[in-house]
Amino acid sequence: MTFTKLMATAALTLGLATGAFAQEKTKVGFVYVGPVGDGGWTYEHNQARLALEEEFGDQVETVFVESVAEGPDSERVMTQMALDGADLIFTTSFGYMDPTINVAAKFPDVKFEHATGYKRADNVSTYSARFYEGRAIQGHIAGSMTESNIIGYIGSFPIPEVIRGINSAYIHAKKVNPDVEFKIIWAYTWFDPAKEADAAKVLIEQGADVILQHTDSTAPQAAAQEAGDVITFGQASDMIQYAPMPRVSSIIDDWAPYYIARTKAVMDGTWTSTDTWDGIGPGMVGIGEISDAVPAEVKAEALAMKDAIASGEYHPFTGPLKKQDGSDWLAEGETADDGTLAGMNFYIEGLTGEIPQ
Amino acid sequence: MIRLDKRPQPSRAMALATPLLAVLATMVFGGLLFAVLGEDPVQSILTIFWQPLFGEFAFYYRPQLLVKGAPLVLIAMGLALGFRAGIWNIGAEGQYIMGAIFGAAAALAFYPLEAWWIFPLMVICGGLGGLLWAMIPGLLKVKFGTNEILVSLMLVYVAEQFLSSMSLGLLKNPEGFGFPGSRNLQQYASAHNAEIITGSGMHWGVVAAMIAVIFAYVLLTRHRLGFAIRVTGEAPRAAKFGGVNPARLILFCLGTSGLLAGLAGMFEVAGPAGQITLDFNVGYGFTAIIVAFLGRLHPVGILLAGGLMALTYIGGDIAQSQLGLPAAAIQVFQGMLLFFLLALDVLTNYRLRFGAAEVA
Repeated sequence: MTFTKLMATAALTLGLATGAFAQEKTKVGFVYVGPVGDGGWTYEHNQARLALEEEFGDQVETVFVESVAEGPDSERVMTQMALDGADLIFTTSFGYMDPTINVAAKFPDVKFEHATGYKRADNVSTYSARFYEGRAIQGHIAGSMTESNIIGYIGSFPIPEVIRGINSAYIHAKKVNPDVEFKIIWAYTWFDPAKEADAAKVLIEQGADVILQHTDSTAPQAAAQEAGDVITFGQASDMIQYAPMPRVSSIIDDWAPYYIARTKAVMDGTWTSTDTWDGIGPGMVGIGEISDAVPAEVKAEALAMKDAIASGEYHPFTGPLKKQDGSDWLAEGETADDGTLAGMNFYIEGLTGEIPQ
Repeated sequence: MIRLDKRPQPSRAMALATPLLAVLATMVFGGLLFAVLGEDPVQSILTIFWQPLFGEFAFYYRPQLLVKGAPLVLIAMGLALGFRAGIWNIGAEGQYIMGAIFGAAAALAFYPLEAWWIFPLMVICGGLGGLLWAMIPGLLKVKFGTNEILVSLMLVYVAEQFLSSMSLGLLKNPEGFGFPGSRNLQQYASAHNAEIITGSGMHWGVVAAMIAVIFAYVLLTRHRLGFAIRVTGEAPRAAKFGGVNPARLILFCLGTSGLLAGLAGMFEVAGPAGQITLDFNVGYGFTAIIVAFLGRLHPVGILLAGGLMALTYIGGDIAQSQLGLPAAAIQVFQGMLLFFLLALDVLTNYRLRFGAAEVA
């Protein structure tokens, strides 16, 4: 018997088996790229899983596997969850994209949700968060508070997601402080406390008194605390343990509303393949409490910006904006389209240095 | 009192029995660990060892054992040759990465041309990539007497940076919307290291691993070079007097292990992984060191050790998902296995004596 046939038989048997229990429990699987205790990316996905259990109680059963390497290992873990009867599987890292598509093709009755990717199928949805909305608020606070006019930025990898964040923060820092300058260090990691701490120290030595980070550990916060008089922002999770200084605010990933909604859709049989890109408005991006270290009027402005973004009244990428090479990008009042944002691979005018290739 | 008496000859019976004893000990202590974590110990152990082999979905997991085990065996086999001669290549991970990059680059240079010679070309380039990367510590050691452990290890980090650069630059998929990662070779028929028989898990990397085991066995037991390797490891001075050229041996051992690691990377990128990405390497190069020692640096032992490691990885993931065991507990479990294997090795060379110490 061929593999596909075996797979189909297994899926069918499972389909029948789970069909009998369908009214009782919906099984939801989660594939994590890091440990659930990373305090950042995976931690927040796991918090959302717990929220899902809280919401539906006995109606759902969740399973997860942590620290799953991208590539064949993730493909095996997803297949295993599908074989074990999962109805819905969330794969929570960009590198799971092709494996998710491969496994989804073998299990047409199982729904898949892939975070931050761009490949979809009839049973594969994608979802991501508009973190750049939070970056705009960070940029505003950073530009207002810097005294050296040098803002340090720890980039993870030069990919659209990260470049978008740098641009958004820069635009809004520049708006309140025309003299502001960004120094960017590429750490080439999402999570490596030692590397992140080194990057933060180098930036502080170069005169930065604000550190923005697109990496997940709290090491930059610790480095800033040691240096004193340097402010930072929590990334992925709140990092409240470093408040009120150096951590003055944060961007929080809140996946719970989305996970609950999608699980509900599977229960109701209304699930369809979609592409979701939500921001502050629907609550996928949260802004951690702005601490007292931030002057009251700056805090008020930041909160006003948050409300304006949430209501859709203000878009962080609103013209006039030029690209780094001086060419026009957005005309007065024009806002960026999602396609350009999704694949953003250029800096805004005023940023120095090149995007590494 | 328990005393250890050195055996005049290492015990063959014990050499065979200790791996089994170690697995048993791991099951007992691992079971205790899982019990402390609030899981049924028998159930946990069964999930890890039984399910992948004989469980309901074994038809899927058995082929996966080959997929997971093949790169481990291929790399470990090369490393073992060097380890036997006292030449320590710790940087197989880097050679694995370079093999994958060279192999994938060879294919992508001709994309979308479909031709029979593309895959063989990738094999050659992949092997060459690993070989060249291993030659750096090799030549430095031969010419300047540098320490190959340090140099080969440091080159892993260089290779990782190179991998980042390739995924974000030269080899980036032009149709990938600016995201990192190369084209997927699984969708490029001429370059795809597909399963030879669908559903068997048997890809060319598995075949290569088998061939490597056979070659290494013949080399070590029947060939002059294998004899030179063994003598150099056990008695370097004797080897020198016996006419072994140390420089040539160093280059041969590092070169072979680099070649095999490069091939492993190439077969992985062309098959199960499919693409060059930022996180392409998952530690096979380092795990293979463990596999080599687990297999007592013996070709057949390595084959079995590779299978056992693959089993604990696959079973471990199943246990995480089905029983909710944390990944850390699974890693401790794997660590126990290694610990007991190495610890019980003492029984091969020593005899346990109970009772009061005798006067020798």
